[in-house]
Amino acid sequence: MTPDNADASEAIDSPEEQNSNKKRDNLSLTPVAWVSILIIVFWVVVAVFAPVLAPFDKADMVSFESFKVVDEASFLGTDYLGRDVLSRIIYGARMTLGLALIATLISFTTGIVLGFVAAISPGWIDQVLSRTVDAIMAFPSIMLALIIIGGVGTSLPVVILTVALIDATRVFRLSRALALDASVMDYVVVARARGEGVNWIMLHEILPNTITPLAAEFGVRYTFAILFISSLSFLGLGVQPPGADWGVMVKENLQGLLYGAPAALIPAACIGTISVAINLLVDWFLHRSSVMIPEELTG
Amino acid sequence: MRNLLEVKNLCVQGRPPGGEYVPIVKGIDFSIKPGEVLALIGESGSGKSTISLSTMGYARPGCRISKGEVLLNGEDVLLLDKQSRRNLRGEKVAYVAQSAAASFNPSLRINKQVTEAPTLHGIMKEDEAVNHAVELYKSLDLPNPETIGKRYPHQVSGGQLQRLMAAMALSCTPDLLVLDEPTTALDVTTQIEVLKAFKVIISRENTAAIYVSHDLAVVAQVADQIMVLRNGEMVEQGSTEQIINHPRHEYTKTLMSAVRQTPPCDQAHEEDQADADSHLLGVRNLTAAYGPVTILRDVNVVVDKMETIGVIGESGCGKSTMARVISGILPPVVGEIRLDGSVLPGAVKGRSREELKRIQFVFQMADVALNPRQTIGKILGRPLKFYHDMNPAQCKERVGELLELVELPREFAKRFPGELSGGQKQRVNLARALAAEPEVILCDEVTSALDTVVAASVIRLLESLQERLGVSYVFISHDLSTVAAFADRIVVLYAGRVVEQGPTSRVLSPPFHPYTKLLLSSVPELRQGWLEDVAETQEARSGIARDVTLSAVGCPFTDRCPMSIKGVCDTQSAPIRKPVAGHEIACHREIEELITGVNLAEVSASA
Repeated sequence: MTPDNADASEAIDSPEEQNSNKKRDNLSLTPVAWVSILIIVFWVVVAVFAPVLAPFDKADMVSFESFKVVDEASFLGTDYLGRDVLSRIIYGARMTLGLALIATLISFTTGIVLGFVAAISPGWIDQVLSRTVDAIMAFPSIMLALIIIGGVGTSLPVVILTVALIDATRVFRLSRALALDASVMDYVVVARARGEGVNWIMLHEILPNTITPLAAEFGVRYTFAILFISSLSFLGLGVQPPGADWGVMVKENLQGLLYGAPAALIPAACIGTISVAINLLVDWFLHRSSVMIPEELTG
Repeated sequence: MRNLLEVKNLCVQGRPPGGEYVPIVKGIDFSIKPGEVLALIGESGSGKSTISLSTMGYARPGCRISKGEVLLNGEDVLLLDKQSRRNLRGEKVAYVAQSAAASFNPSLRINKQVTEAPTLHGIMKEDEAVNHAVELYKSLDLPNPETIGKRYPHQVSGGQLQRLMAAMALSCTPDLLVLDEPTTALDVTTQIEVLKAFKVIISRENTAAIYVSHDLAVVAQVADQIMVLRNGEMVEQGSTEQIINHPRHEYTKTLMSAVRQTPPCDQAHEEDQADADSHLLGVRNLTAAYGPVTILRDVNVVVDKMETIGVIGESGCGKSTMARVISGILPPVVGEIRLDGSVLPGAVKGRSREELKRIQFVFQMADVALNPRQTIGKILGRPLKFYHDMNPAQCKERVGELLELVELPREFAKRFPGELSGGQKQRVNLARALAAEPEVILCDEVTSALDTVVAASVIRLLESLQERLGVSYVFISHDLSTVAAFADRIVVLYAGRVVEQGPTSRVLSPPFHPYTKLLLSSVPELRQGWLEDVAETQEARSGIARDVTLSAVGCPFTDRCPMSIKGVCDTQSAPIRKPVAGHEIACHREIEELITGVNLAEVSASA
């Protein structure tokens, strides 16, 4: 290529290239991302330092009056048994965020690994995995959870694993579909032709190209996990009294709404803040990673 | 005659995401009369598509028309409001895009899509529009004009779809037709039929047209006027005759030289009668299939050290499959692949790293062959680590060397593929294969997605690498002129079988296999009137506008072949004729008949 020709063919790209380099350096946090991170950090700190922060223990009855709105002792009022709502929210952060996070992490790890394996392995492995997942998904999730927990007996590890198993089937479906799309791309064929093993192809070729939708799914799944654990708690299969869980608190104190007490609304709002924060952060991440591929601007 | 379209001082600006507006089209003037065809020619990035789109008052996302006038029948298109512009598009000005396959909705029947514009604009009722469409199908020479519209887009061939796309554009009888690289993605034989159809329709309807292309030879067939563009500026404008025969500007001459003509037979390359084991790579009795569909049958090909084998054939003939089988991605059903005399295991899994290293594959589309989430440094570094077990520091150094080898700056190691142009990506793609230090590189249509000048530079790079590194190439292409200029030997594939192979000079001179002859005669020549001449030849009349059919018995080319023998060609496998050592033609006809051609009257009598 003569230098002259090189200029001609690549002239149009140069501003675009400089620009996308600039873009990558400029990937600072947007205000929305900052707010989300602040909210998440706030709740994590609350969860970690719960015993220090909480004015009372989660099971202490601080008042003989239930559904009190506000008083000097209990800042956010009391619940249906006269316990301090603020203290229970603080302790509840541990349970709610911790359990859901562990369950979601487990479900994503197993779901993604199995989904990818199914996508790039020979037919029969895919068949066995996919049909098993179909069978699990055929049960309504709450019913399946009841059967498992009812059979094994309730304890926190069992609850976590049950939620993880049910969530993992959804993650499996998504990650398998994404990996199937990616695995027919030429760069994966190139890696296969090079002689790469399954691990390399999964970790370096497919995962980076599917991480964006998977991250979006993580935000949604985490929120669902919080709600699912709350439902189980309500049925008496999740967090056991007097343990505090935001979901449990909503259900316990629903009655209070009739008396104008905020005891049910506060934990609901807490669930709301954390779900919104996580989803906004995921949105920011999606946007960030899509900037890496600049639009075509040639004619 | 009054001008239909006048474009005055047109300026278009484009903005990269988040950046400032930069000029893409810098003050273009031209005018078109009814029935006239203006060709816009230039490389990618020259602004030719942008100009053609602005005649509809359209600018792509991220672009804006900043200055100028576009007068259609005296009315400035750029000043129209949204609604009038909608009325204009499709009705007065129609657009034919490069890829018909991407422009048709796969889940709607063709008629529905072709008649959409006239019914939407209220020009015709649905049934009138359908009748009009059938008329158009007839004049575009489409098979089964009455029923083809009832099919779905995937049920017709690429060339037919491109003509249906033209029918869609013509459905409102527009004053101006904008054709954006309408034949670039097609095989040479298909290209002829599409060009012919365009010419007929333009002269019959007296439509004016803007024909955008990077291929001067194609443009020479259809255009009255040619405008040569570069970086958004006009380089030269004139009648087709003047531009083709007496180009004034240096750049036009560069473009002309990038059009590679089938070279004269100057390479006196005589084949030694060596036994099969002494070849670097040998493919023997190879049959390959995807499930129940057999793609390749009984293929025998050899590659020597520092040799370039060109593999040509139309799309679907099994060229890429052959490369996939050699590389081990698709294990063969029957047959063996030998490397330096020893048989290679069929599948990648069975081959050792040492064996894998020696054969490397370069894919057609660098866009999808490079992982968009890895930096160039990682893409090139991986084979170094994998095959040569280099440590990170060595890798970094070698990646720099590789980038220099393919004439790219070392700093590119930090970039992502999305930040590179098409030609640069293809160079990285090539550098990845070189990283393994292979002996054979399989190049699958590596220049097809690039425009002429960039493609020529990639070919020059391949040639210089061969001299320096001593690699052999298996160069797969549907573009005969590229292969002819570059390969030492040529293998012609048709429907999964080798119909002819031998040294380039032998294959390109008589005796020809009838299919090779058809391919040769279908390459556009850089002269006016070539299209009319070629359409008259017997090869064209018999061979064009047919689909490739895979068959298990007989010669696969029988039903397109002008000299086929009924009862012989369609039932028996063709014997291999050897006019000289090393040159093989699979045909029932005697060599003498292939040289002189046969009396067609005799053929039709026997049929």
